[in-house]
Amino acid sequence: MSKLGHLRLAARRLGGTTVALLALCSGVVAAPSNAAIMADKPPRLLSEFGFFEDARAQAPAEGVVPFEPHTALFSDGALKFRFVYVQEGKAASYVADEAFAFPVGSALIKSFAFPADFRSPDEKVRLIETRVMLRHEDGWQSWAYLWNEEQSDAELKIAGAKVDIAITGEGGEPVSFTYSVPNKNQCKGCHQLAGEIVPLGPKARNLNFELSYDDETTNQLEHWRDTGLLEGLPEDVSAIEAVPDWRDEGAALDARARAWLDVNCAHCHRRDGPASNSGLYLTWDEAPGPALGINKRPVAAGRGSGGRLFDIAPGDPDGSILNFRVESTEPGIMMPELGRAREDATAAALLREWVSSLR
Amino acid sequence: MRFVKGSLAATAIVSCLVLPALAAEHRVEPGPDANERLIETLILAEPGDTVTIAAGRYDLVDGLSLDVDEVTVRGEGADRTVLSFKGQAGAGEGLLVTSNRVVLEDFAVEDTKGDGVKSKGSDQITFRNLRVEWTGGAKPENGAYGVYPVSSSNVLIEGVTVRGASDAGIYVGQSEDIIVRNSLAEYNVAGIEIENSYRADVHGNTARHNTGGILIFDLPNLPVQGGHDIRVFDNDVMDNDTPNFAPEGNIVGIVPKGMGVMVMANRNVHVFGNRFDRNGTTHVLIAAYPNDYEDDAYMFVPRGVYVHGNTYGEGGGEPDGEVGKIISDVSGTPVPDIVWDGVTRIPEYFSWVSAEDRIYIDEADGTTFANLKMISQMLLPWGWWPDTDIAGYKGSLPEMEPVTLPQDEGV
Repeated sequence: MSKLGHLRLAARRLGGTTVALLALCSGVVAAPSNAAIMADKPPRLLSEFGFFEDARAQAPAEGVVPFEPHTALFSDGALKFRFVYVQEGKAASYVADEAFAFPVGSALIKSFAFPADFRSPDEKVRLIETRVMLRHEDGWQSWAYLWNEEQSDAELKIAGAKVDIAITGEGGEPVSFTYSVPNKNQCKGCHQLAGEIVPLGPKARNLNFELSYDDETTNQLEHWRDTGLLEGLPEDVSAIEAVPDWRDEGAALDARARAWLDVNCAHCHRRDGPASNSGLYLTWDEAPGPALGINKRPVAAGRGSGGRLFDIAPGDPDGSILNFRVESTEPGIMMPELGRAREDATAAALLREWVSSLR
Repeated sequence: MRFVKGSLAATAIVSCLVLPALAAEHRVEPGPDANERLIETLILAEPGDTVTIAAGRYDLVDGLSLDVDEVTVRGEGADRTVLSFKGQAGAGEGLLVTSNRVVLEDFAVEDTKGDGVKSKGSDQITFRNLRVEWTGGAKPENGAYGVYPVSSSNVLIEGVTVRGASDAGIYVGQSEDIIVRNSLAEYNVAGIEIENSYRADVHGNTARHNTGGILIFDLPNLPVQGGHDIRVFDNDVMDNDTPNFAPEGNIVGIVPKGMGVMVMANRNVHVFGNRFDRNGTTHVLIAAYPNDYEDDAYMFVPRGVYVHGNTYGEGGGEPDGEVGKIISDVSGTPVPDIVWDGVTRIPEYFSWVSAEDRIYIDEADGTTFANLKMISQMLLPWGWWPDTDIAGYKGSLPEMEPVTLPQDEGV
């Protein structure tokens, strides 16, 4: 089953079907509020946007479309539910290498959740936060909403929040950590390109794969085009670059590692990004060399160097700062420095394999 | 007279028009939720506002950040308003500024897990009367930089105190138009460092008890490089006697204990009117970038360095570490007051170095000097010796204009 099918199943188990039926019976059809999206100040409650038919179940309202990137940001392993909304009669414009250009009034919505037990990820799912990006005339606005205990609604949190998570991991082990809901500036800490707030997820290369929708399995970009969400998509989708799912063991090692780095690091580590001054650039299309970290000495790593001499010492993950920082969970050392409290152990193992393979 | 009055009146009217209409004063007091209140106040501030952080101790777990232009963040004294990050669980620094025309003054930042106070991409950023300190003393676990503007322009750092940074106390990187003055840097690896930056005046500072006092560096593989036009003058650079405690891998790890001023790569650097004393390796070192690198755009040798009118006390008696050994093996001990590694590019070695690219030394009689002629050592292993004839380096470079900053007018 595709991830999205999985997600839908999770939504149903959250009780979505029942609530949706009730909504239909009472004659209420949920629809996003363009006024709330365009308001100068964001609404206090997530529900005021009307993005969901059943928010608890993450069942979207009419016109709000779920989507999936092929490789996702780690975010402490949170389950994520992503949606895109473009006002009727408008469409996003295709951009080859960056996020698509969305028209004013568009919204990107992303919820973060944890199941009680990762061995049954569809059950007892607790919503933690829902982040929204809203396209205004003067650029994107980004806000985070924190879900309440009752899971009935989420409230705007400008200063972010800390949420204690105690769950069972995939191997049955107890997992507990403090999850950070980002504050407004931290949102921009990643979602920034040349000083402007930008979306990160909806890039062609990371949406270009077959995805299962309710009634069909189809290429996601073609689905966006066919449903009027996207215009300007090149005719031949197979000619568009595609990053693999980094967990796909059938894909090439280099591509898997580069996909992970692109999504987890390159929002800062790129030439116009917040970490431009590091001189370390981990974007998908960066050619191998010092800028990709290969035999590059650190500039401002401090104790983040871990006593190692190069960002990437080819063939030697134990001599590479990149591996040291990805494997750390200590503030001041760990990378990415925002958005995680845990180690992404599977990715860390992949990156070790990748650095070992470099010559 | 009439004309002058008229223009003054016009200026006054224009000033009124551009003044923010509703500049607000926000005041944050210590107490429960102070972390959240500080974060929120800095996020919600509007251009023109002042955020006052009342005297007291703030135990913070999460870093602070400011992304609003034209805000002043003011404490009630660097010993009275103390932001402690001892229990920090997130963010890479204590306070991060990413906006323009910001003034940070009169507070302390202690024990951050990463850097202390950082600005990235800010124009007209002022750090005034701050104290940034790692209170456990000089330790490799301390954050790298204390006061840390990077990729910024019009940078003013004055009256700050930084102690315990595991890289540089005051570090200005990849920035333009910089003044660092009347500040104290002690017990850091580097006291003050200007790296890959253009146009900096570093003056009136005290750099003592660091590993190295003041470093002017240029490194390869960075988006801004080719550092140039730096003046280091009227500073007290003495007693730099803290063993190097930088985590390995960082370039500052090469600096030997007892370095006064070190100029590595860069173009047009003037070091004058400083007072050097009791720096155990050497008071002034002029050197090439020593590591291998892949970067065609990088110039690894210093070009146009002018050292004059400084005063030199004791020093050079305890050359430290690998660099201290390389120097003293050639120069003998005590190491001279001023040392140049003598590395030149191969074509220049066989021809000449143009006037604006040479090293000039003009100091009082009795000042000692050595050109280690490292390139000769490499090429002519059977017959070389250091050149200690300081008179042969006499000369000067054209004086530089002082750096002026928009936020510093009338001072």
